[in-house]
Amino acid sequence: MGAFFLVPIAAMFEFSTRGPTDASPRTLSAWLSIAQTPELSSAIIASLELALLTSIGMLVLLVPTMIWVRLRVPAVSRTVEFLCLLPLTVPAIVLVAGLAPEYQWISLNFSDSILTLGFVYLVLVLPYAYRTLDTGLAAIDVKTLSEAARSLGASWLTVMLRVIVPNMWVALLNACLLSVAVVLGEFTIANLLNYENLQVAIALLGRANATVSIAVAVAALLLAFVLLVVLSFVGRPRSGVGRLEEEGLSGFGRQLGGGLR
Amino acid sequence: MTATIAAAGTGTTARAGVEVRLENLRRRYGPITALDGLSLTMAPGELVALLGPSGCGKTTALRLLAGLEDADEGRILVDGHDVTGQPANKRGVGMVFQAYSLFPHMTAWQNVAFGLQMRRVHAAERRQRAGEMLELVGLSGYANRFAHQLSGGQQQRVALARALAINPKVLLLDEPLSALDAKVRARLRDEIRRVQLEVGTTTLFVTHDQEEALAIADRVGVMQSGRLEQLGPPTTIYSRPASAFVAEFVGLTNRLPGTVARGAVDVRGTRLPLVQTDVPDGPAIALIRPEAVSVLGDANGASGPLVGTVIATVFLGATSRVTVDLGDVTVLTQLATSEAAAHPAGTRIRLAIRPDPVLIARDQPAGEHR
Repeated sequence: MGAFFLVPIAAMFEFSTRGPTDASPRTLSAWLSIAQTPELSSAIIASLELALLTSIGMLVLLVPTMIWVRLRVPAVSRTVEFLCLLPLTVPAIVLVAGLAPEYQWISLNFSDSILTLGFVYLVLVLPYAYRTLDTGLAAIDVKTLSEAARSLGASWLTVMLRVIVPNMWVALLNACLLSVAVVLGEFTIANLLNYENLQVAIALLGRANATVSIAVAVAALLLAFVLLVVLSFVGRPRSGVGRLEEEGLSGFGRQLGGGLR
Repeated sequence: MTATIAAAGTGTTARAGVEVRLENLRRRYGPITALDGLSLTMAPGELVALLGPSGCGKTTALRLLAGLEDADEGRILVDGHDVTGQPANKRGVGMVFQAYSLFPHMTAWQNVAFGLQMRRVHAAERRQRAGEMLELVGLSGYANRFAHQLSGGQQQRVALARALAINPKVLLLDEPLSALDAKVRARLRDEIRRVQLEVGTTTLFVTHDQEEALAIADRVGVMQSGRLEQLGPPTTIYSRPASAFVAEFVGLTNRLPGTVARGAVDVRGTRLPLVQTDVPDGPAIALIRPEAVSVLGDANGASGPLVGTVIATVFLGATSRVTVDLGDVTVLTQLATSEAAAHPAGTRIRLAIRPDPVLIARDQPAGEHR
């Protein structure tokens, strides 16, 4: 299984380190030129900004909605699930056909920044994020925990940020990771709507300089890999007896809820 | 603003209990009526247990008092104040849930301190009070443990400490023992009662376990179909049930056919006074407790209306429950285990019925035990 992934990546890395001729020695010039290619740098920054925006938008939109639906209106949970999974069934090209006039209007009247792609990317990541968050919510007794917190005097905002969210933060990280992966790997929509994100830049660069293009692709893959490794460490359940702390929250929970008393 | 919370550590009284009144509460879920005009007054410091089968409305009543659901009709008064429309987080009600409800990402200490933090109690006071509460429930050595490092019983004790830490006006216990095994359950039941008496908080305890309700409460309210069938001290509920439902729900009951005449019922040759005063003369089913049936002795070869054959004996510890076949009906009797051992299965024995007042249920078949 490992070879299935590693062999192509190794081949890509091997290609990206070739010199100009067959007789040339190995070189990292393609890798070093990533930072020196302005179009590429701006595309990487734009994609990272889009990934951040999309992740934040996804969390702001989905987390309160899903918790609220679970607690107060469970009858509509099927409808919400259907709406969130719907983008999976719509091909990107169809999505673009529908969105093109909207984006034309947006670029004329609002902004032509590539960051406006965040709206459509938010739709794209909904199915993945929904499934991940739903699993996270299913793993805790949201109703009892929130009722316990309410009876102790917590407002709804406090219930969400200090009781529910700290207990599903692995799911939140997973949802963010998937969103980042989707955004960093997205090509069709950006290309058809004439925006230059990372994947479009790689494709354009591939026509002029194939080794740099492949180096960037390998770098993007490594970034995703590093994110996965980080997540697997961060997501480990804590063990052992905690130290008595002066305040009422610990670890990640304190970071999230500390300012919301 | 820093709220001041009176000390409620071991050996001190946190808050004099307050009166709680539920007035004509109604709650419907679509076509189902969960509460049908429930009225109940709890005296300050009293522990009332609501007892009844699943779906009788006892948990709904508790949730309305907690503010976790809204009443369709009726009023809730706590210490004379109408709290009917108040949200749950403003009611000052402590609650222990059936499901384990400790916040998993917090230690026991942090759980107990949570409610105080919500009330913006100063950190030093919060620390002291959370420690006192854990000590009150005997878990001061477990302050740094997370929920997954505590047993079920310990988790419920921390939940009790958490509920009491906010110095609640009312303490609500929603079947807090039902997830525990029998031994832990009995121990924690006694502990809850000890703590409740110590802090003096008016408490509503919801359970479907009659033994639990009778053991822990000052008064027991038996509910059926959203209504309170009877409210009274445990001894009254058991020995003088107000209805056939209460008699059958609280404890085992023999259903023996008899004939009502002149204010008493004749059951197999024994005349028994009636609890109800409005029973017309005629055939009836008398509800008789197993402990009201005793064994007079062996009856080899003899016959009579209360002579029968032992068909089963269930060992319960100090006592045993013996099932006797009288031919047309079976009767349960509760005997000391040593006495039951003298009458093994197959033995012919003669029974007697103690002439206690009995209830009449005439519309259901005889020969069943509830």
